[in-house]
Amino acid sequence: MKELHNIIHREETVISITGLHKSFGDLEVLRGVDFNLFRGENVAVLGKSGTGKSVLIKIIVGLLTRDQGEVIVLGQHIDQLVGKELDTLRLRIGFSFQSSALYDSMNVHQNLAFPLIMNRKTMSKAEIDFAVDEVLDSVGLANKNKQMPSDLSGGQRKRIGIARTLILKPEIMLYDEPTSGLDPITSAEIIDLINEVQERYNTSSVIITHDLTCAKNTANRIAMLHKGRFLKVGTFDEVFGSENEQVQGFFNYNFIR
Amino acid sequence: MAFRTKKQYILSKGLDEYFKGVHSAWKFTGLFFKEVFKRPFHLREVINQSFEIGLKSLPLISLTGFIVGIVFTKQSRPSLEDFGATSWLPSLIGIAIVKALGPLVTALICAGKVGSGIGAELGSMKVTEQIDAMEVSAINPYKYLVVTRVLATTITIPVLALYCSFVALYGSYLNVHAEETSSMIAFYQSAFKTISFLDIFTSVTKSIVFGFTIGIVGTYKGFNATQGTRGVGRAANQAVVLAMFLIFIEEVLIVQVANWFRFF
Repeated sequence: MKELHNIIHREETVISITGLHKSFGDLEVLRGVDFNLFRGENVAVLGKSGTGKSVLIKIIVGLLTRDQGEVIVLGQHIDQLVGKELDTLRLRIGFSFQSSALYDSMNVHQNLAFPLIMNRKTMSKAEIDFAVDEVLDSVGLANKNKQMPSDLSGGQRKRIGIARTLILKPEIMLYDEPTSGLDPITSAEIIDLINEVQERYNTSSVIITHDLTCAKNTANRIAMLHKGRFLKVGTFDEVFGSENEQVQGFFNYNFIR
Repeated sequence: MAFRTKKQYILSKGLDEYFKGVHSAWKFTGLFFKEVFKRPFHLREVINQSFEIGLKSLPLISLTGFIVGIVFTKQSRPSLEDFGATSWLPSLIGIAIVKALGPLVTALICAGKVGSGIGAELGSMKVTEQIDAMEVSAINPYKYLVVTRVLATTITIPVLALYCSFVALYGSYLNVHAEETSSMIAFYQSAFKTISFLDIFTSVTKSIVFGFTIGIVGTYKGFNATQGTRGVGRAANQAVVLAMFLIFIEEVLIVQVANWFRFF
């Protein structure tokens, strides 16, 4: 796996969250989350299943609405945006789903061309084809143009899912469990891809995971989410060097030491 | 609010859920009329969907229409023979098929075939996060998935209903022709003699309403599917049951309204 070489611009915050609360009925998922992401930085959000990690990034992209608190993405309050303004902001954010969420009635080429056809009306067919080939090449699947999602392996689906977000050249990447359900070798390939994306497209990323290997090798900072709040935020060594019982408990259940 | 008994609590919760569902369905339908006139129109997708719905339903509609025509003629003949009124057979069949059976049979077949298909397709897209994926790519999923499909069913089902009526009349003609020598032109002339413009207009209006209902119910159930693959099956099933229920209610209401117009 490659080492991280990203340049972090600490003077520029791309995501700023303060006092974020979110409940589903009686279930309080997020209970006052504070979080900043700087331009060029990768942050991994770690935590057990059901602690609200995915809810957090769904609020960032406007798929869910917050109950309380403030969420500012690229200088705009996401929950105050509607229609075209929200769409314009979303085009600057890439979201890679845990399940890849490829359109199963379309082949790989159509999956990648679809966001361009719908959002970049001035692009010609030749320009779209070129963009699709370029992004497929960047995720190492140049020859998979005509395949249907059902014919791809789990790792390939993840790559195509990432490619579909990259085609719109986002400034922020949100990865939801990028290595879940993959074998260690394919996981390592996806980790390399996340780092390559960061270098090539100069993105800032939030990586939701419970895989410590992924977090250690992709993130500049780790944020440990427990019971709806961040227990600890810092570098990998800072977080897992802490005496906190919950953090140590999470660390000990993983293979990495 | 405190409840005296468990029954009261269950009843209250049930009513609450029911009215929430009605409100959500009402909002979903209202959104269609807001979005349908806005750009982009996704005409290519409307044509694709119309083609899918129309062409794939054609064999089943043809077979059902043909059989309905034959069976209805066969079963009506003995009663008319008792009164020596077999010459009225084409008119009777014409009225029954054009005014009621054609649109209703087509709508019921499409509710089962098209409605369940739309419910399952959108339900599956919902539970596998494909609809969310559209939304985060700045594509309006309601506009692209719901409006196009509802327009397609609203346009295609009236055409299928007219086709079904024509095939049913042809089936009826073959049965009449087998029993007595009659030309096709004479049969069709006789069948349409008692049918007015209002009858055709009512029949087409009914089919448009049925088409809209099948589309909006299928997309609503699919769009609101939850709980994984089980939810997909439930969405498909509920799309059929609710669409059929609404079609029968609409049939009664439209016939009643058409009858009021007949008196004016």
